[in-house]
Amino acid sequence: MVPYVAIAVLFVLSTGVAVMIMMVGSLFGPRRPTPRKLMPYESGMVPVGRAMQRMPIRFYLIATLFIIFDIEVIFLFPWALVYRQLGVFGLLEMFTFLALLVAGFVYVWRKGALEWE
Amino acid sequence: MTAEQVVFVLAAVVTLGSALGMVTTRSVFVGALWMIAVFGGVAALFILLGAGFLGIVQILVYIGAIAVLILFAIMLTPRVMGDPNAPRYNRQWPLVAVMASALASLLVALVLRTDWPLAQEGAPTITGFAVELGKGFMTTYILPFEVASVLLLVALIGAIVIAREE
Repeated sequence: MVPYVAIAVLFVLSTGVAVMIMMVGSLFGPRRPTPRKLMPYESGMVPVGRAMQRMPIRFYLIATLFIIFDIEVIFLFPWALVYRQLGVFGLLEMFTFLALLVAGFVYVWRKGALEWE
Repeated sequence: MTAEQVVFVLAAVVTLGSALGMVTTRSVFVGALWMIAVFGGVAALFILLGAGFLGIVQILVYIGAIAVLILFAIMLTPRVMGDPNAPRYNRQWPLVAVMASALASLLVALVLRTDWPLAQEGAPTITGFAVELGKGFMTTYILPFEVASVLLLVALIGAIVIAREE
């Protein structure tokens, strides 16, 4: 469990600092609301449309592709821990694994699925 | 209580509380956000059980990718963003109650009948698990490992073929 104590400390500290900053702001900050101040912040523009509108399906496609490459990273993780012991053979095996997925990546790229027009 | 027990109780409370929040909220979107908290709690439970690698997978794949996919799926669906005045129950609730009770009693029976043996000496440790997995991928289970790559390739091409009309 010991290696995870650092992660737990980091988690508690970052959550604690974030909560503290928000609480200090709302407890001690002056509060003089005007309609203009209460508008949703859209990079200084007057907000356009509703917040709960339908998102384009492109986001969904990108997220689908992301899952697949995410799982590929999961397979790399245990290999990275032992590749020194395995030597050239392990390297070639991982190249075979990655070559197939790079072929898929090239296919996705050539199909224009990563374009955003 | 030992430190591990404290962490277990915290993780269990987060997991169960978030699961309750997930099924009782009226908004599917808020439910999906609660689900992310459930995934986080389950990751902590995996780490407590000594399966650190599974905990990482839980965070990387379930929180990092699948939860995002579900959120996008909700956000591109019209009308599903939630009607705050929608009724909490519909006509099918008795049927669902029967099904849920049956599943719950099955799970409780399973938990009671299992004798939960303690880990023996030499069981894979926190770092040992991922190392053993890596060795297994490269030696005994090399064929399933490479087949997994083909499976991912098929999924990739399938996603493109289905999603892009040409």
